[in-house]
Amino acid sequence: MTLAEFLRPFDFEFFRNGLIVATLAGALCGLVGTFVVLRGMSYIGHGLSHAIFGGFAASALLGVNLFLGAGLWGFASALMIGSVTRRRAIGSDAAIGVITTASFAIGLALLKVFGSAGKNPDSYLFGNVLGVDRQQVGLVLLVTIVAGLVVFFAYRPLLFATFDPDVADVSGVPTARIDALLMLLLAATILTTMNVLGVMLVAATLVIPPVVARMLTNSFSRMLLMSTAIGAASGFIGMVASYHLDIPSGPMIVLVGTAAFAAVFAATGVKGLRNTRGLDAA
Amino acid sequence: MTSRPTHASVADLVRLDRVTCRYGAEPVLVNVDVSVAPGAFVGVVGPSGSGKTTLLRAVLGTVTPIAGRVERRPGSTVGYVPQIETVDWNFPVTVGQCVLMARRRSRILPWASAEEKRDVAEVLEALGIAELQDRHIRELSGGQQQRVFLARALIGRPDLLVLDEPTSGVDVRTRHEVLHLLRDLNHEGIGILLTTHDLNGIAAHLPEIVCLNREVIAAGAPRDVLSPEVLERTYGARMEVLEHGGMPVVVDEWKAPATGTEGRVVSMKRARR
Repeated sequence: MTLAEFLRPFDFEFFRNGLIVATLAGALCGLVGTFVVLRGMSYIGHGLSHAIFGGFAASALLGVNLFLGAGLWGFASALMIGSVTRRRAIGSDAAIGVITTASFAIGLALLKVFGSAGKNPDSYLFGNVLGVDRQQVGLVLLVTIVAGLVVFFAYRPLLFATFDPDVADVSGVPTARIDALLMLLLAATILTTMNVLGVMLVAATLVIPPVVARMLTNSFSRMLLMSTAIGAASGFIGMVASYHLDIPSGPMIVLVGTAAFAAVFAATGVKGLRNTRGLDAA
Repeated sequence: MTSRPTHASVADLVRLDRVTCRYGAEPVLVNVDVSVAPGAFVGVVGPSGSGKTTLLRAVLGTVTPIAGRVERRPGSTVGYVPQIETVDWNFPVTVGQCVLMARRRSRILPWASAEEKRDVAEVLEALGIAELQDRHIRELSGGQQQRVFLARALIGRPDLLVLDEPTSGVDVRTRHEVLHLLRDLNHEGIGILLTTHDLNGIAAHLPEIVCLNREVIAAGAPRDVLSPEVLERTYGARMEVLEHGGMPVVVDEWKAPATGTEGRVVSMKRARR
């Protein structure tokens, strides 16, 4: 392959938009995913993306703004999961399993009975990164900037509430508000990246970059930066590879992340894996 | 749901006045009266499920009593050290970062200011772990881990230090280190309230204990409180209290299994003396 052939997709605006949005989505998922993974809530990304699909169907049916309707639905689901888990009524995995799959089922049932009112549900299930327009690029950029600012300015309370919520609470950190803020960020992240990666794959982009970063470092701040960079690189490389290998972009982005995991595992071995212990302890 | 303790004008650092707490239908604490005066050193003992941790949570304000009052001296500050078994030791933080978390933020930027770095260094130095500042928390011994969490609690300059099972899961040497360290902090004027299963450890080191089993069974100096009757009411099992070097020593009562020579190990030891 010549350089000209390699660079050919960059001539197309739809590809450039897709490349930008995939890179931003990867960075955003890597940033927010760090907190998700360290809180032992990896499954929530999977669950919440399914829950938001229910919101998408309900919004399409009611004719309300898709992002607003699905976003509120997702945020409400996230708060419900957080509340049930916090009260220790049932485990977080069980709460996520019940609440989000029920929401996903509602979405499928609504689409079957009432149709999708002109919206294409497949693009939310499997992603449609090449179909994004500048408005959607702007939306992902906006959410990425907001998430970056929130993490920058609330860094220490976020860290304390993630590491040791009980002591953080006693020390004056408003842990309930911090949790709600994080859930809001997570819902916004999933909502805006669903169009890029699809419901089925967005969870992987929330989990793989932070896990790879955790294998590489014992520092929280470095893990945040690395995870964001790995997510962004997976999005960028995945998009380019998807064009040249003629593989759908969502799966390709996830496969690039998985390749990064395999490479880091090969390089760090048991030591890297040892760092990831406890990431699934909800 | 949680609520902060009220700030009544009390001389004690914290006072629980006929406090009752329950989880669901089951009462965990019933009409509990406990107070910690400035400079006091109080240990709460009791079996698992006796309400020790709930008592601490009531003091900290993370559990709301269904009856009674929790009063804290106005303006007083509390430092909390959780059980080290509950900590995620794999979390990606160094000792310095861990301690810095609990310091009141002097600015909104994520990285530490020179003043904050100095405060962290000072408290680590005071606890003899200055050289561990850049170590990951997983790379520490049990005693060092306990010191790190003490440092995190102390950086807020608390009037009252609340510790949940600080001697649990550590070896005998570390237990002594921790209790001596707490005694030194207490001599510097910090009030201390801790829970423990380690009856003999606190009998030897603490001036005041509370025997708890959902309600306060007895409270006072170990010599006055630790009796077979109080221990049986607290733990539901017979124990013997011996004296060694002027301090009470609690030992389990043991009966030989059906050999016709039923006897007590304690008595045998006594006889040999």
